[in-house]
Amino acid sequence: MHDVGVPTATRSTGDSATLTQTEARNRTMLRARDTMDRSFELPLDVPSLAASAGCSEAHFIRTFKDVFGETPHRYLQRRRVERAMYLLRETQASVTDVCFDVGFNSLGTFSRTFKDITRLTPTQFRSRYQPVAAVPTCFAMAWARPSSFGEASRGQPQYSDSTATTSGCAEAEEGKA
Amino acid sequence: MITSISISHVWVFDQDEALDFYVGKLGLEVSADMEIGGAMRWLTVRPKGVTDREILLEKVAPPSVDPDAAAKIRELISKGASGFSVGFVTPDANALFQELKSKGVEITEEPTVQMYGTDFAVRDPFGNHIRLVQPAAGFAGA
Repeated sequence: MHDVGVPTATRSTGDSATLTQTEARNRTMLRARDTMDRSFELPLDVPSLAASAGCSEAHFIRTFKDVFGETPHRYLQRRRVERAMYLLRETQASVTDVCFDVGFNSLGTFSRTFKDITRLTPTQFRSRYQPVAAVPTCFAMAWARPSSFGEASRGQPQYSDSTATTSGCAEAEEGKA
Repeated sequence: MITSISISHVWVFDQDEALDFYVGKLGLEVSADMEIGGAMRWLTVRPKGVTDREILLEKVAPPSVDPDAAAKIRELISKGASGFSVGFVTPDANALFQELKSKGVEITEEPTVQMYGTDFAVRDPFGNHIRLVQPAAGFAGA
């Protein structure tokens, strides 16, 4: 494990004083990820996340990927698609409203990203999935987040959704064939 | 038949820092703090006045776990991979939020109205995820 230095100034005063350099780096990246989870609908951009983490954009992207295995942009897109899946399931909001509500600024990008990840268009998704039981939002956000991006088109749908009906899954399978 | 939950567990990196956070900031009280034989410190906390349930604040360190495992566990917790650690109940989520915010607690989610109540989330100094909920009628803790 190589250690990526984090400028002292970015260490939060609330952090444990016992953190090693790697752990301090993790906490800084976790704080950026928590910001994405909390404020996904805002026009977040990587340069401003990097600035709040106290490092250059390139360093931020590389470090985030070292810690979480994917770039911050990709993480944010998955978070936004997960929230879109939630809104499509749980509300009657139009696809356009959902698109903007979760932070996309173009319907085209939203539809393309949504389909890359879920292999379904937003409208198809809505017709196949139903509201889930009440669990803490953080729990749903962690577990319903699609685990794939793009590569889903090469295999099974990668998101997990316990509300998928048997017929819905069967249809998705037929659609793939 | 199991009738209740008595002890839950949270890994911490330093028990004094954990006390400062869980007692000094969150406002819990110490229910037991015993040093036994030098390395072992049994440290539990609980909400004030709650006598049938406590949280064990266990240090991630040898000899409880080997040095390599300790380093790995610490690294995972610091990147938020310890999952959902503890859920606390409060009669007033907004007031508690303001209090914890003023004490410098790291807030990860501001109070939000959910169907199960109003809740918000914080991290402890090590990266553990803690939720605080003001339950809606009919939900646990209400």
